[in-house]
Amino acid sequence: MASQVVNLRVNERSREFLAAPGTPLLSSLRDALGLMAAKRGCAQGSCGTCTVLLDGRPVMSCLVAVETVDGASVRTLEGVARGGDLDEVQSAFLEGFATQCGFCTAGMIMTAEALLDRNPDPTRAEVVEAISGNVCRCTGYGPIVDAILDAAARRRKEDAAARRKEDIAARWGTADIAATPGTADAAARRRS
Amino acid sequence: MARLRGRGYASVNYPTGMNLGGDPSQALIHATTTGTFVVSLSSVDLGQGLKTVVAQCAAETLGLPMENILVDTADTDTGPHCMGTFASRGTHRVGNAVIMAAAEAREVMLAVAAEELEVDAGDLETDGTGYIQVKGAQERRIHITDLALAAHFTHGRTISGRGMFLKEKNDPVPETGEMDPDSCQAHACTVAVVEVDDETGVVEVLEMHNAYEIGRALNPAMVAQQVEGGAWMGMSHALFEATEPYYPARDHGPRDFTEYLMPGAADIPAYHNAILERPAGNGPFGAKGIGEMTANAPIPAIANAIFDACGVRLDTMPFTPERVLRGLDELRGYHD
Repeated sequence: MASQVVNLRVNERSREFLAAPGTPLLSSLRDALGLMAAKRGCAQGSCGTCTVLLDGRPVMSCLVAVETVDGASVRTLEGVARGGDLDEVQSAFLEGFATQCGFCTAGMIMTAEALLDRNPDPTRAEVVEAISGNVCRCTGYGPIVDAILDAAARRRKEDAAARRKEDIAARWGTADIAATPGTADAAARRRS
Repeated sequence: MARLRGRGYASVNYPTGMNLGGDPSQALIHATTTGTFVVSLSSVDLGQGLKTVVAQCAAETLGLPMENILVDTADTDTGPHCMGTFASRGTHRVGNAVIMAAAEAREVMLAVAAEELEVDAGDLETDGTGYIQVKGAQERRIHITDLALAAHFTHGRTISGRGMFLKEKNDPVPETGEMDPDSCQAHACTVAVVEVDDETGVVEVLEMHNAYEIGRALNPAMVAQQVEGGAWMGMSHALFEATEPYYPARDHGPRDFTEYLMPGAADIPAYHNAILERPAGNGPFGAKGIGEMTANAPIPAIANAIFDACGVRLDTMPFTPERVLRGLDELRGYHD
């Protein structure tokens, strides 16, 4: 079968490229689009390091035939930081020493993003369950679980600040008096 | 049927580096025009944090902030020679080489600063934020960026240094067998608490207490990483990992991560870690190697804990449910 044109919305940008039938989404991201954050580990869906968000849900991109998701929206680690600022999950991983060799990190962060998008206040057990498909060979997992819980707390704090700001703006017509620089904008961008 | 709890401990003395035919590592440092010091190495950071520790050693020795250090590493075609990343030698060997290189570069840095400030180099000190200043007269100072520009464009000098650390080859004394094969030894002890299910043979590790004597912990957060990561690897070797433990024929061995077992995030015990610092005389700022040793003590500690829990003495890894159950059968007097 001939290659076909595939359209994806990748990290908020429309991308169009050619793909032979059965090409894994991971290969298209890395080879056609030059997005190298998602790693090729086992290439059979059992290590999780290729995890990306497909229409908001975490998938192992090595197992997704790209032509079957034509028109979908994809988010990779490259689309997590905004304007050069690390987001809460990235910051928590960095400051919590949750990486060593870094090969699992992109998949861990994307899995955490998906978890926190649907569950802003996860228990430790829920974090453990969320990353159960992601293999890490260096850290022993403890610092990763801690970092995701820390990221959840940071994000809840930011969201609360954003809600306060919106609340004050609704009542007083301005939010300047309660503004914490950057926080409300970041939370609003995430919700959009 | 019961879940039997047991506790076991094990200790390890672990050498830093190897004898080989001599065990050298080299480092070169030079300043760019804007005062960034590039540490050139061919040593490889596998994720253990060598680049961070080396940058710390360079910054501390030069008396400059970490932000002024750039570590360029892992190209064995072009970098100064390094024996490699193994034998828990990186921090010790490469750290020592970097300190030597940085000390030489610091001398040049102060010599150029002395010319710029028209004072004696011996009267100069670094303030740790990027300035070189006259002792007791801090208003007479120059920033490293201005100094590096002056070195390049006024003085025609390179602010650079060479570092070479060699652990010389050591042969045993024929009469006694005595020798000095390594530079120093780190020490550690693990206490493991396990539960053994005497019906299924499954061993669960509940707690691991790790105590390490590693010279000086140059980066305590990364030491904790190594200890916990290593404890996990030890537990993984002890209970799960092997290419063909489960069936008599190799054909049934694991082929991928769905069949090759390792503990996941749900299987980790509670860790309690303690670091004891007794600086080694020949280590960089007193550091010894902590690397491979972190996966050592957990394994016999878990074996001893299993013995304490249910009386089964296992000496072949991994300690699979099948091996635990066969051991229990033997204790009960059952035979195939």
